[in-house]
Amino acid sequence: MLNTSDILETITMIADEHLDIRTVTMGISLMDCFSEDAGRSCGKIYDKIAGRAERLVAVCDAAEKKYGIPIINKRISVTPIALAVGVSGGDPVLFARALERAADTVGVNFIGGFSALVQKGFAPGDERLIDSIPEALAATERVCASVNIGSTKAGINMDAVARMGKAIVCAAELTVDRNCIGAAKLVVFCNAPEDNPFMAGAFHGPGEPDCVINVGVSGPGAVRAAVAKAPKDAGLSEIAEIIKKTAFKITRMGQLVGAEASAALGVPFGIVDLSLAPTPAIGDSVAYILEEIGLAQAGGCGTTAALALLNDAVKKGGVMASSSVGGLSGAFIPVSEDAGMIAAAESGALTLEKLEAMTSVCSVGLDMVIVPGDTAPEVISALIADEAAIGMVNSKTTAVRLIPAIGKGVGDMLEFGGLLGRGPVMRISTVDPSVFVKRGGRIPAPIQSLKN
Amino acid sequence: MRAVITVIGKDMVGILAKVATACAEANANVIEVTQSVLQDYFAMVMLIDITEINMDLAGLTAALEKSVPGMKIHVMHEDIFNSMHRI
Repeated sequence: MLNTSDILETITMIADEHLDIRTVTMGISLMDCFSEDAGRSCGKIYDKIAGRAERLVAVCDAAEKKYGIPIINKRISVTPIALAVGVSGGDPVLFARALERAADTVGVNFIGGFSALVQKGFAPGDERLIDSIPEALAATERVCASVNIGSTKAGINMDAVARMGKAIVCAAELTVDRNCIGAAKLVVFCNAPEDNPFMAGAFHGPGEPDCVINVGVSGPGAVRAAVAKAPKDAGLSEIAEIIKKTAFKITRMGQLVGAEASAALGVPFGIVDLSLAPTPAIGDSVAYILEEIGLAQAGGCGTTAALALLNDAVKKGGVMASSSVGGLSGAFIPVSEDAGMIAAAESGALTLEKLEAMTSVCSVGLDMVIVPGDTAPEVISALIADEAAIGMVNSKTTAVRLIPAIGKGVGDMLEFGGLLGRGPVMRISTVDPSVFVKRGGRIPAPIQSLKN
Repeated sequence: MRAVITVIGKDMVGILAKVATACAEANANVIEVTQSVLQDYFAMVMLIDITEINMDLAGLTAALEKSVPGMKIHVMHEDIFNSMHRI
């Protein structure tokens, strides 16, 4: 017989501590959909996505009912669309509209892959795709875009960095009537994982199989509750053990649901992404875990160390629970999606500079950070370069998802609603980096790229 | 195939009987029951065999909620507990 306390623990984690499967993401390769005519390619892309993902939402709903565990998002990631644009030519926005139609037909929340991988330079299609991102995001609801501008192996493509600063500002401007949501659907990566199930950065890498199911788990609330049960004088190794055990349980649940969904769909199971993904719901916050570990508020001294402990313990606990771990796998620290982070940014305890330090010890990067609407594109580009440098040198993924709040200044609030939450406009250094950014070219790959 | 039913809420007469009746109507065989009442608080964990069940688990949950209104009811496949709590 199952242990009654184990049963009640699971139910408490789900009912009271916001434990859920954050996303089941179907990765679909579009490699066989490219033709020389953009319209024809769009038709084939729509047909393939609508066919492969036809039962995705129904299967997830059935798993949700069978196990009593909420699956918050059903999503699709596709081959970077820059490859399609490279073959077919045409207006990249046509492809974004085709993705939107397909997402609408199958009923998923988001579709990612309006993407380009340009860490070493621009291939045909890449520049046109990047320049069309703001318009594509304004013209669609569910399409997410990402651009990989650097890697440990290739260095940082500063020409792409310069373009992305402009693209972010433009994406916010074109959606100013919708709280600048365009910029919230755009991620700039260094060392982007090709199997990430989380938005806005999900895309289906060229090295991935035809179709695959990836799962992203969540559960900051469950981890916080577990840490809260430990006495205040418990040692940090004990805290790390508690986090590991909880992460194991959370990940096992993700593995179970992923395996179930992949079997029901007849699609191979890809990876479980062991991430602690917060939501704006009170109690479902990564910042609150840091506070439970012993900080008065996230953002103060000690935050980076506590986050490093948390991130490492999550991985150690999760890795044994899944047959295949991938994606971003770590703690997320999006500002607007985390009640504790919002509070810390509002009170001034959390600054952009501290956030940048935090990103060196966790996934992913400067995520859902709202900056003044008049921030110069060069400043945003320089911030992207800083964040990419952290990723490049430390052989880890880093990302930037900044939202310039058009018409707003430091201290004003920007409201997105839903999972994207709300957040205060944060102060950003305005010291002019434009000469550095305009130099262009490539920051060479660091010596640690030479591992062979 | 087995599932776990948990029923939690304010104690009253006939909860176990009503839950068991709903299970019988769904053709689910009760295997084990653990039940306790602490002050006025009723908590029950019931293991059922769902191999021959004539509805899905969501249907059974709805039937149980109708038969004991006001109680918190969860019906979950046992695999979720096995995966989370056993290596």
